[in-house]
Amino acid sequence: MTTTMERPTGPAAATNSPGKRAPARRRRTEAGHVRQTRRTKALIITGLALFTLYSLAPVWWLIVSATKSQRDLYTTNGLWFTAIHLKENLQQLFTYQDGIFLRWMWNTLFYGFVGTAGMTVICVACGYALAMYEFRGRGFLMGCIIGSFLVPGALLTIPSFLLYTDLNMVDTPSAIILPSFFNAFSVYLAKVYAEGAVPPELLEAARIDGAGEYRIFFRIGARLMSTGAATIFLLGFVGMWNSFFGPLVFLRSSEKWTVMLGLYSWLKVKTDSSVDLTGMVVAGSIISLIPMVILLVSMQRYWRSGVTLGSLK
Amino acid sequence: MTAAQPRAPRAPHLRWKRVMALKGASLTLPFFLGFALFTVTPMVMALKESLYRKQSSGLGFGDKTVEFVGLDNFVQGFEDAKFWAGMGRVALFAALSIPLIQLAGVGLALLLDAASQRLADRFRLPLLVPYMIPGIVATLIWIYLYSPAVGPLTPFFDLIGVHADFYSGSMIWISIGNLIAWSSIGFNMLIVYSALRAVPPEIYDSARIDGASEWRIAWSIKVPLVRRSLVLTTVLSIIGTLQIFSDPMLFRSMTPETVTRDFTPIMGIYDWAFSQGEFNYAAALSIILALVVGTASALFYRLTNKAPTS
Repeated sequence: MTTTMERPTGPAAATNSPGKRAPARRRRTEAGHVRQTRRTKALIITGLALFTLYSLAPVWWLIVSATKSQRDLYTTNGLWFTAIHLKENLQQLFTYQDGIFLRWMWNTLFYGFVGTAGMTVICVACGYALAMYEFRGRGFLMGCIIGSFLVPGALLTIPSFLLYTDLNMVDTPSAIILPSFFNAFSVYLAKVYAEGAVPPELLEAARIDGAGEYRIFFRIGARLMSTGAATIFLLGFVGMWNSFFGPLVFLRSSEKWTVMLGLYSWLKVKTDSSVDLTGMVVAGSIISLIPMVILLVSMQRYWRSGVTLGSLK
Repeated sequence: MTAAQPRAPRAPHLRWKRVMALKGASLTLPFFLGFALFTVTPMVMALKESLYRKQSSGLGFGDKTVEFVGLDNFVQGFEDAKFWAGMGRVALFAALSIPLIQLAGVGLALLLDAASQRLADRFRLPLLVPYMIPGIVATLIWIYLYSPAVGPLTPFFDLIGVHADFYSGSMIWISIGNLIAWSSIGFNMLIVYSALRAVPPEIYDSARIDGASEWRIAWSIKVPLVRRSLVLTTVLSIIGTLQIFSDPMLFRSMTPETVTRDFTPIMGIYDWAFSQGEFNYAAALSIILALVVGTASALFYRLTNKAPTS
């Protein structure tokens, strides 16, 4: 890191090294934020505003469209409201085919919670052990975890299907839930987090007091790692909520589908027959992303720290 | 870092240490048992299955026999023009879209970093909204935005005198690229922005004292400092883009003529396995694709002179 830092600023770093000892000016406080002309500032705000518009406009379209009847969807301006038809849309969505959409939402929640809860316990325990204990084969196990990041998911799907067929898991929830328990990236995050959050001296002290290793993990280690565990849970849950290829391959009957797979099937209906479910896909999309947005906005702290952990270490 | 601190090597003490380490190691057992079953076993199975082929004897439906054919599936795979056409499409798309998306992400992070803290806080959440939208829903939204029947984009482009058919063969990759950019720029921005915030501000101060302009600081100091994060997001993008599946699969629902069933390598593999029942050949193609993805990532690491970090 230091070499890259000094290359462009070589002379500057050399001449200004005493300057570092001067009282540190906080760069971003309003008072200390100097040297930006009005034009630069206007450029920055315009750039950010344009990107924000780009980010939000499609979501705005979705919100507006969810309130329209299917006929208005085709005939009126997509960016502004006409007759509000939201209640009827939702009613249609929730009652179509005996409420299959609610079934899909429930399935997704169920697979997500069970799968991610199991994953969090298993991966946090594994990451904790890899960080806290020296044992034979530890290096090899770490190598397996890092190496598996580079294995493309594509390689695994076809043989996994054959394996699950042998295990009688195809078209059962376990084909989605069981494999999700074992997430190498979560183990890596847990290990990095444990190294920072669990002081080895504390474990030594607990040992001297006569606590066993498992007791130490559940009573001390797991508690100190609760923030990291929350991050791992959140990222895992989001991943399961969004997953598509797995459910598409492993789930056959529609009453077991996840909500993403269900929306895809409704989109596809149009090409297979003359039924047009556009209005329902739009309404379903917005319902399906509400849990994600609530979860991610309220738990911002956790996933942002997860992103940083994964990238900087 | 680890708990096993060196102590006086006395025999009973050592045994106690070993039991402790063993108990600790047992906490990794559930994960690695599952890892062996759900990751290692499929990998071995892929290798094995790719060496066999289902041979139908005559016309019969029932009596298909599985025979060992050596590397025949791979030979067929390397000569499969349709598979490689898909690979070429995706590789070209990756080569064009990834640098552009990275550039946009860095630009956005630099803008956010140059803004005052208050402004940055206000803009950060809206910029991350696309990251919170599930990938399938993002694709659905854009499919409708592009649609000539329901979307506002076609009338908008007509208004400025451009007739854009987002589903046509010449536009489809631009349409998909824009959709991927929309979903991923915010996330890339967040990673680069986090890296930028970790830089001690004194570095910038000393550059300013030396008379460096803000542009010069951005290009010569900030960009080199976040290189490591850029390498990470780029490798993730390469791995993801070469395996692109769900976006073209959804576009296929709207334009089956443009997006054929073997439009991307994974779509081809999926088609071979689940429409045609040729699991052995699909396994061989999966391995070829995995080799291509691995080579591309490794090549990129080599070019950027970085080894995979552990």
